[in-house]
Amino acid sequence: MGYNCVVCAKQVPDTKQITGDAMKEDGTVNRGALPTIFNPEDLNALEEALAIRDAHGGTVTVLTMGPPAACDLLRESLFRGADRGILITDRRAAASDTLATSYILACAVRKLEPDIVLCGRQAIDGDTAQVGPQLAEKLGFPVVTYLEQLQSLEDDVIRVKRNVGNGWEVVSCKLPVLLTVMETANTPRPRAARRMMKYKKALAPLELADADAGQLDTLKEKGLLLEAWTLDDIGAEMAWCGVDGSPTKVHRIQSVVLTGGEYHELPPTDEGVAELIGELIEEHTIG
Amino acid sequence: MIDVNRQGEVWIFAEAEGGKLSDVPLELLGKGRELADILSVPLGAVLPGDGVADLAETLFAHGADRVYLAEHPMLAHYQAATYSKVICKLIETHKPQICLYGATPIGRDLAPTVASTMKCGLTADCTDLQIGDHTELKSKEHHEKLLLQIRPAFGGNIIATIVNPRRWPQMATVREGVMKMPEPQAGLTGELIRCEVSLDGFQAPLEIIETHRREKKVNLKAARIIVAGGAGVGSRDNFRLIWDLANCLGAAVGGSRAAVDLGFVENDHQVGQTGTTVRPALYIACGISGAVQHRAGMDESAKIVVINTDPDAPIFSVAHYGIVGDLNDVIPRMIKAIRGGEHIQDLAKAAQA
Repeated sequence: MGYNCVVCAKQVPDTKQITGDAMKEDGTVNRGALPTIFNPEDLNALEEALAIRDAHGGTVTVLTMGPPAACDLLRESLFRGADRGILITDRRAAASDTLATSYILACAVRKLEPDIVLCGRQAIDGDTAQVGPQLAEKLGFPVVTYLEQLQSLEDDVIRVKRNVGNGWEVVSCKLPVLLTVMETANTPRPRAARRMMKYKKALAPLELADADAGQLDTLKEKGLLLEAWTLDDIGAEMAWCGVDGSPTKVHRIQSVVLTGGEYHELPPTDEGVAELIGELIEEHTIG
Repeated sequence: MIDVNRQGEVWIFAEAEGGKLSDVPLELLGKGRELADILSVPLGAVLPGDGVADLAETLFAHGADRVYLAEHPMLAHYQAATYSKVICKLIETHKPQICLYGATPIGRDLAPTVASTMKCGLTADCTDLQIGDHTELKSKEHHEKLLLQIRPAFGGNIIATIVNPRRWPQMATVREGVMKMPEPQAGLTGELIRCEVSLDGFQAPLEIIETHRREKKVNLKAARIIVAGGAGVGSRDNFRLIWDLANCLGAAVGGSRAAVDLGFVENDHQVGQTGTTVRPALYIACGISGAVQHRAGMDESAKIVVINTDPDAPIFSVAHYGIVGDLNDVIPRMIKAIRGGEHIQDLAKAAQA
């Protein structure tokens, strides 16, 4: 028995580490200058999937869409316990907004025939939280957002405690289902040393300079082949991918410039404090 | 999706979980009214639920011209499948040009589901909305009077303006607390449209077994003055200083995410992107370094006072008044000054004279 889980994960720039080099002069983001990380809540989604497999059996497949460098995310997933990693990579998928992204992911997920699809609640580069619900709609799966605790999974019925902002609710739902997972749901397990030794050698065909068939076969035999799919492999219609498939367009980007130095500075003394309070009273802000 | 429809109305989703309207739909009506007036179209509010007809009054009082009431027992509790089915049907029938949702847990669950079904665009977590023209970069095609959807991205390091020129409706979720709630006007009325809901025979996928909602104990959004503390306060005990200063100003107490995570103050008090967005008359930030996520939640405050030992702390970038110093030293001095240094009283009198 067991459940087949597909985890959709994203490699993102580490927005907490943004420095001056991170923005180009035209105000757009210089992605090259930013370190990339496994989107934090996607790690929680992976952990939830691994826990389901530990308890019930089945498989965990990690699916990501991005440039070839996103293979790092797939290796990281294997280090932590995933069974299989698949990269969707295709130039024609570039500039996809959330709607086009969810369409492409849906084409790939359908091929995997999962029982449970798991996504992080949101990615830290856009914070939109849209791809999960949109992917569920495209798949025709019910969506349960903001998972905080998986309470039970029996006879193809899942029961979940979800966070609803000012409280929580418990819902149940028949599989298949798509879950979006909060950071509070679990603590992701660390990489396993033995798995790291093995899977650091895992490679996708596009990472090999001159891959010959023999090399690929060897990797596959050893379970070290990361799969890379193009839009053609998943049967995606181009009209719904990339720029053409994205209804939203960027009108303008402005970088947030810290102005600084334009405030009224007062010394940390009785006089300074009195002047501050005096001014606040004078302008009727307090008093 | 629907085609570009210049006569289309501006719609807001009137979230009414538990049979009550929260502040968000009313805030949306304020901004929606502004947009509808610029476009010279009516402002509609979509109100799904069960036994919620009474709420239409409130929506009219806050500026709605029309309320689309969709009542059905299956709509008593929110779930994405039923609500999106009802809303998509209404969009297909009435072809609004703009649909706004609160960026609440429900709005952020519903709006993407609707957008995916309608195959239209959606921008999350907008902090401002305007009407403006857009010229496409490649084709040079010019589009007049589009909804400019303005939002922070990349952890708040950039502000992006997004448009949706073709595949309408133009949809956005709007962050709680950033749009000003209009004053209700008792005389305002509008047209109540009872919509036919066809959910009979539809099997809702989720069974809601248990629900626990609690009222927030702290109403930061309504506070005129907020005194907020961050990691720099040092301990839960020392957070008493923040409470003391707040008490003597009649202010509410806020905290940065760091202060909440460190257990100095409960999460109802959290100000910022993941907490409450506030715009009080006065915000006093004590020992808060000012991560972008925090600044995004308070930089609309009318006056901002910053107390921090680090002169390079990013919070100073949004300050009107700044004191570089130790809050343990400065706050007691402030309390003393407020509690009636005669000097202050004199100054106040002088100001009134």
